[in-house]
Amino acid sequence: MRFGVVRFPGSCDEVDALQACRRFADAELLWHGDPELRGADAVVVPGGFSYGDYLRVGAIARFSPVMEAVAKFAAAGGTVLGICNGFQVLCEAGLLPGALLPNSGRRFLARQVDLEVVNADTRFTHEAGVGDRLSIPVKHGAGRYYAPEEMLDELDAHGQIILRYAPGHNPNGSLRDIAGVSNREGNVFGLMPHPEHAVDPLTGSRDGGLIFASLAREPAAA
Amino acid sequence: MPRARVLIRPKEGILDPQGQAVERALPALGFEGVANVHVGRLVELDVEDASRVPEMCERLLANPLIEDYEVVSIESHDQDAGLDAPRR
Repeated sequence: MRFGVVRFPGSCDEVDALQACRRFADAELLWHGDPELRGADAVVVPGGFSYGDYLRVGAIARFSPVMEAVAKFAAAGGTVLGICNGFQVLCEAGLLPGALLPNSGRRFLARQVDLEVVNADTRFTHEAGVGDRLSIPVKHGAGRYYAPEEMLDELDAHGQIILRYAPGHNPNGSLRDIAGVSNREGNVFGLMPHPEHAVDPLTGSRDGGLIFASLAREPAAA
Repeated sequence: MPRARVLIRPKEGILDPQGQAVERALPALGFEGVANVHVGRLVELDVEDASRVPEMCERLLANPLIEDYEVVSIESHDQDAGLDAPRR
């Protein structure tokens, strides 16, 4: 099992993501200008400020050569994880539903929040249980998840809401407390919190490791 | 080349924290009687084929899920037109 972690100009969390992946499997960096994934089994689109986040967060990165390869990989059922800016990029690329708007409180936020696992029957969360509480940090200026009401109902009905902010922990005004969503097929997942910053007790929590562990290990037979 | 000017604004009904911040700041300066403040973007561009501007809006300049766009003018500009001249 090998992770490929994308590096855009302006990425800043790709090394933490790489280190987090390496706790559970092999991992290497993928350059944004490189139109291929070098045989990665799962792709991580990390946090940061890709291409300066000009125009809108994530808007320009989706046109990079590596993202064309990621889109093809995703269309063929490949596993793609987007964290923070990576989530914004995947939404802009149309690989995930919805959009991320500026935080309702207008401030950039950096704090530890509690999340609840809503769907544990996914390749990203099978090492967790439904209702598990995870302590993972957020750090973003535009993390307010938005989708039109009908789309939110669809996401709910199809189990695409994977993580919610725990009651009282929604930091940014995200609709329905959504912290992370998947596409309908379940192979692309994006979240605003940073699991890669929560893999070592040194930084207070290792709950984020569950996501990398889930990807690295086969789900136990039911 | 013709110059196009596109206004992009948050879709109606979507929380606009920037607009709210400006709306709250104006009375502090003594400007009363201001409501419905929204902050958007202005994109100006010289284009060979102005008929393609709406497609540019749909695919990049705006995100149609959260933003409305409006092409407010397309004009052939004069090199000496001051503010309308492209910045070099």
